[in-house]
Amino acid sequence: MDSYLLAKDRLDAFISRLAASLSVFVPAKGQDGLWSYVPAARAAPSDALTPEGGNTNMSPKSFVFPQTEVLLRFDNRPGEGGMILRQEPGPAGRTVVLGVRPCDAKAFSMLDGIFGGGASGDASGDAPGADPYWAARRAATIFFGLACNYPCPTCFCDQMRCGPHHREGLDALWVDLGESYLVTPLTERGRELLAGLEPAGQADLDRAESLRAEAQALLTGKIPMDVIEEREVLALCALPLWEELAATCLNCGACTHACPTCHCFDIQDEVKGASGRRLRNWDSCMSGLFTRHASGHNPRGDKLSRVRQRFMHKFKYIPVKRGVVGCVGCGRCIKVCPVNIDVREVVRAMNTQPPGPPERSA
Amino acid sequence: MRSRIVNIRAAAKQALEEGPCRVVAGYAPGTMAMRARPIFIDKPEDAGKLTWSSFCVGNLAGLLTQAAHAAPGKIGVVAQGCVSRNLVGLIGEGRFKREDLYIIGVPCLGMAERRKIEAKYPGRAIIAVEEAEDVFVVRGKRREVRMLRRDVLRDNCYTCVQRNPVIFDVLVADSAPDAEPSTGGGDIDKVAAPWERLAPEARLTAFEAAYKDCIRCYACRDVCPLCYCATCFVDESQPQWLGKTQDFADIANYHLLRALHCAGRCTDCGACESACPQNIKVRRLTSKLEKDVRALYGHQAGMALGEAPPLTVYKPDDPQDFIK
Repeated sequence: MDSYLLAKDRLDAFISRLAASLSVFVPAKGQDGLWSYVPAARAAPSDALTPEGGNTNMSPKSFVFPQTEVLLRFDNRPGEGGMILRQEPGPAGRTVVLGVRPCDAKAFSMLDGIFGGGASGDASGDAPGADPYWAARRAATIFFGLACNYPCPTCFCDQMRCGPHHREGLDALWVDLGESYLVTPLTERGRELLAGLEPAGQADLDRAESLRAEAQALLTGKIPMDVIEEREVLALCALPLWEELAATCLNCGACTHACPTCHCFDIQDEVKGASGRRLRNWDSCMSGLFTRHASGHNPRGDKLSRVRQRFMHKFKYIPVKRGVVGCVGCGRCIKVCPVNIDVREVVRAMNTQPPGPPERSA
Repeated sequence: MRSRIVNIRAAAKQALEEGPCRVVAGYAPGTMAMRARPIFIDKPEDAGKLTWSSFCVGNLAGLLTQAAHAAPGKIGVVAQGCVSRNLVGLIGEGRFKREDLYIIGVPCLGMAERRKIEAKYPGRAIIAVEEAEDVFVVRGKRREVRMLRRDVLRDNCYTCVQRNPVIFDVLVADSAPDAEPSTGGGDIDKVAAPWERLAPEARLTAFEAAYKDCIRCYACRDVCPLCYCATCFVDESQPQWLGKTQDFADIANYHLLRALHCAGRCTDCGACESACPQNIKVRRLTSKLEKDVRALYGHQAGMALGEAPPLTVYKPDDPQDFIK
């Protein structure tokens, strides 16, 4: 598809136009200095999205996978039809989110493969086993991405088969050219919302490409995963590194909550009198409750097995099962970890650490 | 700072070499600027891995209660004023015996708030921060900026009442009051409860505004040295005690109950705020409760061995006029 040019001084007018028919969210800096997505109407008028580079403190996954989501409500009315279940209405209207970083968008694409029930990238919700709640919100939410021209020191997207100008999972990619944005539609629905913008010229495309190359050059860390691919699951599970991590990991959920690809949830019924609701909340493999059985037995009863699970899931189980890495390299978990557990070091160790003494691998 | 690091390493090395300790808990350098990582070392030759900086903002007393280092023998622990107060508290609560701890005491200069440094830094990303007693040198790719320590301390460190360790086996720096004031200097009662002057409705609004971004990750609980219950009330599941949703009632109940559990025991170490990924002022509740405990019982947690937290004991002359 052809690219467009949007002058920054016309950004607010463009947002207003979108807001006529859609809910519009933009990244905004809060009083506490943290970036989050807020309704465009509540954000200060701006001439740029995330001018300082970087990313929002929490990932945008809650747009399609809210931390708390009501699935249905129920009433028990004996004599009046018995147990009555009412499906919770899905999202009302469409939402467009601006300023989404390519890493976070790639996470949506990866999660489509898990929630979609079918092949990776199928977000239709039609495949057997598809999650209708994910599909409904995914269909109702349009993501306009903002390419990273200045990756952070914690970024490693390029090592996770993503990149600072990556397009996967987005409806359009915006590149900050200085005075204007180069806007490239990537889906039909994205293109429809961009109709009327002026076409970009070759010089704009060239400038965006050089910015991409410059951003790429800023990503210098290497995180090889080839040995992880070859190593058996049990051999990885027996590495000494897990004990080292478990010694200081707090087993809090800061990493899993900030993560754009963590997607585990817990379904609960809340009942009051004869009525109630069924909802799902984000869960966290760091929590002992995550795997505790009704019997009281817990197959992941210690910290070591919990901290190990998070990394094994992303860097071994998901790659084996789905052929993709379960991490997009956004670096949020590095920033939020209270004890500085650094996923880059963990993956390097999974790839290079020699096996421990034989008794460990029992 | 350099001398503190050298002396911590020497103390840890000696403690592991000459026997009193089988393991020492301290901090190692982090993988990025303004981070430090807790570490347990058990070999004298690993003492060189230890460091100290104003970014050692966890609480090693808390980690000791969690650590799976339950074998007998002394545990060494690097502790500044507030952490030593937590150790006193934990000894009082029967978590450790004094003789099982070897405390490497660090007279503290006040810990830095990395978010304040980030907010003041004019460039894009901070690559390295070096520090001296009074000043931080903050470096990015192109800019180097000096910031005064007194401008970038954590909120709790401005009103610290005990920078020097209250108990220790070895001190790694002079604690002479002239060279290093043993308090933060601020008036804690003045700032401990900013919502007190608000009308009840406005208090609720302020409370909601302060805690609405909570994501229930429980980092504040998990880093807290007071939170060592084998099963926290939020994790009770048979039956479940507390809702798991993002409804404010559930968020509020979590924070209110946790704070009340800590009343009279909190040393205002600030680890909860440093650990919070969402910058929530978690101390808004705990500092108000500690102010009340000071006013009602004249008690400050962890200042002396043998003092029980007032809410764990009964005395005939306990104040009762607030019970209605």
